[in-house]
Amino acid sequence: MPVQQCRAWNRLPPNPSLFNINNYQITIMIQCKTSKEISGMGHSMKRKEDGRFLQGKGNYIDDLKLPGMLYMDIVRSPYAYAKIKNIDIEAALKVPGVAAVVTGKDLEKYGLHWMPTLMSDTQMVLPTDTVMYQAQEVAAVIATSRYAARDGREAVRVEYEVMKPVIDAHKALDPDAPVLRTDKPGKKDNHIWHWEAGDKEKTDKVFAEADVVVKEHMHIPRIHVSSIETCGCVADYHKVDNHLTMHMTTQAPHAIRTVIALVAGHVGLTEEKVRVISPDIGGGFGGKVPVYPGYVIAIAVSFLVGKPVKWIEDRSENLQADSFARDYHITAEMAGTKDGKILATRFKVLADHGYTDASANPSKYPVGMFSICTGSYDYQTTYMEADAVYTNKPPGGVAYRCSFRVTEAVHAIERITDRFAFEIKKDPAELRMQNFIKKEDFPWHSPTGWIYDSGDYHAGLQKAMDVVDYYGLRKLQVQKRKEGKLMGIGISTFTEVVGAGPSKDFDILGIKMFDSAEIRVHPTGKAIARFGTKSQGQGHETTYAQIIAEVLGIPAENIQVEEGDTDTAPYGLGTYASRSTPTAGAAAAVAARKLVDKARKIAAYLLEVSEEDLDWEPGKFTVKGAPEKVKTIQEIVFAAYTNHPQGMQAGFEATHYYDPPNLTFPSGAYICVVEIDKETGAIDIKRFVAIDDCGHIINPMIVQGQVHGGLTQGLAPAMYEELLYDEAGNILNGTLMDYLVPTAIESPSWETGHVVTPSPHHPIGAKGVGESPTVGAPPAIANAIVDALSPYGITHMEIPITPFKIWKALHDRGVV
Amino acid sequence: MNKEISLTVNGEAHTVSVEPRLLLVHLIRENLNLTGTHIGCDTSSCGACTILMDGKSVKSCTILAVQANGHSLETIEGVSAEGQLNPLQNGFKQNHGLHCGFCTPGMIMRATELLASNPNPTEEEIRWGISGNLCRCTGYNNIVKAILHASATMQGLEPASTEPQFV
Repeated sequence: MPVQQCRAWNRLPPNPSLFNINNYQITIMIQCKTSKEISGMGHSMKRKEDGRFLQGKGNYIDDLKLPGMLYMDIVRSPYAYAKIKNIDIEAALKVPGVAAVVTGKDLEKYGLHWMPTLMSDTQMVLPTDTVMYQAQEVAAVIATSRYAARDGREAVRVEYEVMKPVIDAHKALDPDAPVLRTDKPGKKDNHIWHWEAGDKEKTDKVFAEADVVVKEHMHIPRIHVSSIETCGCVADYHKVDNHLTMHMTTQAPHAIRTVIALVAGHVGLTEEKVRVISPDIGGGFGGKVPVYPGYVIAIAVSFLVGKPVKWIEDRSENLQADSFARDYHITAEMAGTKDGKILATRFKVLADHGYTDASANPSKYPVGMFSICTGSYDYQTTYMEADAVYTNKPPGGVAYRCSFRVTEAVHAIERITDRFAFEIKKDPAELRMQNFIKKEDFPWHSPTGWIYDSGDYHAGLQKAMDVVDYYGLRKLQVQKRKEGKLMGIGISTFTEVVGAGPSKDFDILGIKMFDSAEIRVHPTGKAIARFGTKSQGQGHETTYAQIIAEVLGIPAENIQVEEGDTDTAPYGLGTYASRSTPTAGAAAAVAARKLVDKARKIAAYLLEVSEEDLDWEPGKFTVKGAPEKVKTIQEIVFAAYTNHPQGMQAGFEATHYYDPPNLTFPSGAYICVVEIDKETGAIDIKRFVAIDDCGHIINPMIVQGQVHGGLTQGLAPAMYEELLYDEAGNILNGTLMDYLVPTAIESPSWETGHVVTPSPHHPIGAKGVGESPTVGAPPAIANAIVDALSPYGITHMEIPITPFKIWKALHDRGVV
Repeated sequence: MNKEISLTVNGEAHTVSVEPRLLLVHLIRENLNLTGTHIGCDTSSCGACTILMDGKSVKSCTILAVQANGHSLETIEGVSAEGQLNPLQNGFKQNHGLHCGFCTPGMIMRATELLASNPNPTEEEIRWGISGNLCRCTGYNNIVKAILHASATMQGLEPASTEPQFV
């Protein structure tokens, strides 16, 4: 098989003079098995989906207009916790264009005022008597235009009796705290669940006997995904044939169809009567996984009036009412020896879920994959426990570009590791090198039950250190400190856990977390492939085509990828938690291999040889010893429709539902270099080098783009983003004027690279990459800032680390 | 009380009757069905609705339709013939300057004016130049590259390699 070198990449670090960096360069080679014409794995193929986006021809939810369509706007609660005394809709009904106003009492008649959450909790669609968080949906106004609906909304008068809310998660379990979920019979407190992993007794013993123990409290604040497109839908119910088409911004269209049938099956919307179409999505990041009340109200209204109903959130509604992540209060402890050996860790988590547990987690993992918190280090003693509580905040727990709470876990382990290094005055890079799991120890069994598939942590960190000239930077730091300047170097060497997941452990609402691919090759050798996932910008139309091209040898350009329509695509659980390549990508490879098997039979028939006498390379079979006897994949496919062997099924298509045998464990070694202005606390990220290991790379250009974006969504919570509430439960920064999504100015020029340890169990050795950087970047930045401030005895800063927090910390210590 | 306004959009003259409170972005999207201009916020923060008004980039969610009376507008649909890419669009494609595509039309319209007023910008000038446009997916590195690519192309220079650069 001819192996071609696609290209060599190299890059000199930017501003080499700034940090006196050695001008060396590293070259990565990626071996491509296919030609550029075929563009299988390893080719930086330009994206197939870009044309429509670049020309303003994308098909986003708000672009959809249907004949007779009505518009919905939502009246929201100004209070965090209140009884609804009265809803006066008379004035609203008189507003020109307003067709109806719907309240919880209206939905109650149909049993549609409550819905299940993905974690089998319950959530109001519209309240009948009590509101539980500020910006909660109270009533819906339906009108003939967007503006009339807003006019109607302003005319609805609601009387409330305000109650004292529970906002601080630490006070939610106080004996005198009001019990919020009075709708749950017998509920006597605000506790949701307790979860633990590891060995408490063994861990406590190691801690009691250890030379060194360090401890920090950390808050991973509530943040918001803020995809540039908000959520929305057009619910289109046809009374004549009792059929609903739900056009909807969803990352998981098939699961949503099932949820709709569960919620509305009793009124006749059983699953065969529901079609979910997820059009182009303007960013998801987990925020478009759950079902929000607005979607259900739109369905209910369309069902009642028999017309299409459009609901599109405003940005402020989106920021105030849904798509929240994090909000974990963590106590992290590490025990070790004076010479730097990590012996044990202990974690205690208080999880603030808001009004209901609407997290998007696998059913058996209410705390997500938080138990990956033992990190990249070789020790076997740990204990973690987590308790979740209800508060009067909107439901939280979506991912924010993260695989189920891995970000929280990684922040805890990477910060406490640095804290340990600081305590014993050991270089944090050397401490990590000393404790890493060795590459020969994979598959590695973690003390909380994960089986890490592959990795080479030493190589990753070494590469990052080489790229930044780590020891040169440490010398420079000594010099800068002598000059009174604040410079810090922060490391994060993380292990992720993605690709949920194996059906023995992973399901959502009982549906196993497999995913699917269906490939149909047309007689002329061009293909359409459909998937159970749904791209929100990740480039599936290109990446999946390249996977199929790699296996079948049909040019990726000739493979049309479709997702998002439950009537045409095979069932799958959708795109989130970096699961698309590990599951649906794997399904594509396996389905394509089934087609190669069929192609072999047809080729043997056409060439009149036995199957064993054929050699395959992507795109053609040749007869062993007679290379002039060739059948291309296109010829074989044509024969499958025109001249197939008797007894064989005609056609050329395959479907596969891939149930992964294990999760995949991408990893990374990130180094961040900062300078801090002592007088103002302003932080300047001088360099950020990210070395990722996502296994085999399908499209290097797309992978790098994912890393850039993920890093920026790691920068955001590290330095800028946090949703703030006052004691009354008012959100204090619920617009994009106050909630600081980084712009091009705040975002540094990222430097990225790779080490590659293929996943041994994945059909093409890939691991998933979209979220690793969001997971790995915050502790690298926080560690760099704390490192810069460490001469003043500062051992921890809570994210987002703002100039004011830094200035205050220095001021409190008399430095400025 | 509706008001009649006349304006030119992508070279085509329109006379429309609008409510005085109608936002320009809604006129463009709802009345003229040019849905390439997007809405990402309600506070003029995100820039997804950026268009050109008499050659100047403006956020069309912050202008009333009646204020566009007598003016000439250009939207993403007007920057190239269907099926063809202009240098900026091509720069974005070649350099992977877009992921979900939602901010992209606004970015391109903003960059159009940026390059018209400063044909050879530095990276820093580009970063400041697009700082009124939010992108949540790309991390901006490749948007900057895309605009540099277009700048070179439009000056008849050889653009930098579009291959991803790795350390």
